[in-house]
Amino acid sequence: MLPPDEPTAGITCSVNGQDIRTQVPLRRSLVDWLRHDVGLTGSHVGCEHGVCGACHVRVDGQVVRGCLMLAVQADGARIETIEGAADPLTLALQDAFFRHAALQCGFCTPGMILQAAELLAANPTPSRAEVREALSGNYCRCTGYQPIVDAVMAVSADMPARQA
Amino acid sequence: MTHIGQPLPRAATLRLVAGRGSYMDDVSARGELHAAFLRSPYPHAGFRITGTAAASALPGVVAVLTEADLAPVCQPWQTRTGSAPGMVSPTQRALAKDEACYQGEPIAMVLALSRAVAEDAAELIEVEWQELPAITNLAAALDADAPPAHQGLTSNLAWTTEMKGGDIDAAFAAAALVVEDRLTFTRSTGVTLEPRGVLAQYNPASQALEVRISHQMPHQLQRHLADLLGVSLARVRVICPDVGGGFGLKMHVYPDEIATCAAARLLGRPVRFVADRAEALLSDIHAREHIVDARMAVDAGGRILGFDVQDVQGLGAYSIFPRSSTTEGVSALRSLGAPYRFSAYRGRLRSVLQNKVPTGQYRSVGHPVGIAVAERLVDLAAAARGEDPLEFRRRNLVAEAEMPWVNPLGARMAELSHQQCLAKLEALLDLPTLRAEIATLRAAGRCIGLGFASIVEFTATGPEGYGRAGVLVAAVDTVVLSLEPSGEVTARASISEIGQGTTQGLAQVVADAFGVAPDQVLMGSGDTATTPHGGGAWASRGAAIGGEAAWGAGRKLRAEVLAAAAALLQCAPETLDISDGRIIDASGPRMTLAELAETVTFRGYELPAGVQPQLTVAHHYRREQDTALTTNGFQASLVEIDADTGIITPLRHWVVGDCGRLLNPLLVEGQVRGGVVQGIGEALFEACRYDETGQFLSGTLADYLLPMAGEMPDITVAHVETPYSGSVLGAKGAGEAGTAGAPGAILNAVNDALAQHGAAVSELPVTPGAILRALGRLP
Repeated sequence: MLPPDEPTAGITCSVNGQDIRTQVPLRRSLVDWLRHDVGLTGSHVGCEHGVCGACHVRVDGQVVRGCLMLAVQADGARIETIEGAADPLTLALQDAFFRHAALQCGFCTPGMILQAAELLAANPTPSRAEVREALSGNYCRCTGYQPIVDAVMAVSADMPARQA
Repeated sequence: MTHIGQPLPRAATLRLVAGRGSYMDDVSARGELHAAFLRSPYPHAGFRITGTAAASALPGVVAVLTEADLAPVCQPWQTRTGSAPGMVSPTQRALAKDEACYQGEPIAMVLALSRAVAEDAAELIEVEWQELPAITNLAAALDADAPPAHQGLTSNLAWTTEMKGGDIDAAFAAAALVVEDRLTFTRSTGVTLEPRGVLAQYNPASQALEVRISHQMPHQLQRHLADLLGVSLARVRVICPDVGGGFGLKMHVYPDEIATCAAARLLGRPVRFVADRAEALLSDIHAREHIVDARMAVDAGGRILGFDVQDVQGLGAYSIFPRSSTTEGVSALRSLGAPYRFSAYRGRLRSVLQNKVPTGQYRSVGHPVGIAVAERLVDLAAAARGEDPLEFRRRNLVAEAEMPWVNPLGARMAELSHQQCLAKLEALLDLPTLRAEIATLRAAGRCIGLGFASIVEFTATGPEGYGRAGVLVAAVDTVVLSLEPSGEVTARASISEIGQGTTQGLAQVVADAFGVAPDQVLMGSGDTATTPHGGGAWASRGAAIGGEAAWGAGRKLRAEVLAAAAALLQCAPETLDISDGRIIDASGPRMTLAELAETVTFRGYELPAGVQPQLTVAHHYRREQDTALTTNGFQASLVEIDADTGIITPLRHWVVGDCGRLLNPLLVEGQVRGGVVQGIGEALFEACRYDETGQFLSGTLADYLLPMAGEMPDITVAHVETPYSGSVLGAKGAGEAGTAGAPGAILNAVNDALAQHGAAVSELPVTPGAILRALGRLP
């Protein structure tokens, strides 16, 4: 619920393929809007100042910090969250993260997977150091990162581009 | 046993990779209000709230509450423990009364329709502040002219104790070599990626409180909520759903969380509070603020004679409730030198109040401090003797044949495998090759260091730890199992899951004890309404204590099922077995578990008279001996220092650990690696810093530095498996050992590199600035 004087604006966008038209408070971040208003809680809020990467979502195909973007800025955008990400890379990463125990508490995982998918889409055969570098904007406090790197490398090894 | 020991992924993580977890903040209650707190901007100040009208008048604000408002529904609390008799820790309240004693202490709260409005309103609360002298600097807190952390205190010394055994004066008098150092440990904190948060609802008609909270031990909190809010224990339900990291941070009683529950009780409406990152860093427990002066006596043969240690520990404004922050200091002194044979010890602990947020139990409580100190002294002694640091350690490690070993502090250690771990570490490192590589790199001008740490961890604490101290912390656990009509097994455990994977390990134990596949065991935990009272997640206890409860429950259910099946099949239970979900005898399968359970559940008349199968069973486990279990291990760290920038890069890290029986090596290795990286963070990056006026400087993740993927090394992990002989499964505990040893190994590696330049550092974290100062490149 909003107080009567909370300034809002209308936006039209698509979220995981669903077209939405709604009023949003001007000061609500994209991730807060997705979590609390749209009901997609797979993106998490870890720092609210653009450091930890737990809030990653895709906007028009690019991974962005959901806490550094306002919901009103998503007017006209195509938004994808972990719940709706069904591309082969994301699915393969989800499976590899599970098998390699590349998560413990899982709070960073959705953001980490979206970031890793973006890396592999751009560079299907990264080195371990490149994976570590690409994921350095996503904090994980549980795993020590190594199994995450293992999982990404395993997906890379299975990608068609690698085999070619 | 076919599933215990298997590296199976944790089944529950399938939800988490899909973004289908359910963390505290993922669920809303209809009609909920959002809480924001007005926190003291001063480390120490008297205050009077002079006006709340402007805050209350802000559209969307429902209530502005102060201490006086909460007092009728919320008792104050004070930390008392028999483990620290005579300790001074003032009374604490959900909202401070008249005096704020640390920056970030909540003094008022706003309940509003949105968090943003609540924050806006909190800024409109009018307060008359009277700034008071503050003491934040640990080194100065015991000075005669230090201001008191609380008005009316005559000293900031909260508690002091001496832990000793043997003739320390004789040991130093007989020493051929004495090494000494002062090590300074800066506060760090757990930084769970999911901040603390709570959603509280009170039903005045049933006088029942329901609390959904990101917390490690639902039953401990249930007890304290009942006591503090005056609600009967059985009417308090605490639900800890998926928890986004714990590390000890989420096991304490926090004023803002209690205030949220009290507000829900007062207003009869759901109230939500989720800490933002700034207030998390400001108000979560900090840990490990110590100044340690330590000396070690060594005889002419290079044998350790004794340790003489002075530890000043910062508590913050209060000793944390309920477990007491002093535990960390005692643990640091107990772990110091524990792997080694020595005959005399004197450790003096002084635990000091300061105007900072309280410190508290954080992963591997105290061990990283004690181990870093001892391992530094050991390296100094080896260097003074001109011998290899591993040779010095090898000579002094307590041998397997000497176990059980009781050291001069009375610390009992059993079934440790120091020599085996050392041998395995040397093989892993391929030490001659590694030493040659280091020599080559050094010859090329690179500043490279190799460091070691040997550890003993006291873990999986039993009933005597807190029980004898009069602290209401359960060290026992229960697992309840039900055979469902489908043939699946539902399990409810008082152990809780915070990401470490304990529930997967327990599922594997139940699977073997009963006779099904692990994916047929559905684990539930973290809810006081569905699980019996128990300890939850602390002290790496899930496998050692929860595992025994799971085994016992599985065997009980097996006996019930076999008895029922025997009655139906008209044979002796001894001729039957359960395998892969079926009841079998020598001839093969006789019936499925589903057929048996359906018969019992839906067609009970088919059973013979007098047969009453108990398809729900419970098993409670308490360890009857060993106050704590001991685990041991070795770590090695290879680092490179950039002498121009002072930046330290960890290149490689090795761990050999003995945590007893491995229930699941995949998950154990996850604990080890994650723990090591947390320890590396503590050694190189993480610091809760304050300026000279007591203002907190580390309130963002741009200021409080966490290890990132790009700067962490790959970590090689190996195991020695010495099962604990006092239990069925023999698991000891694996969650914290990585953190215990890493700071010491890193510190020794850094000093090994600096020694080439005649320099040394003695403060954690080791910053680039400290390196440059040590090298004489900065004043």
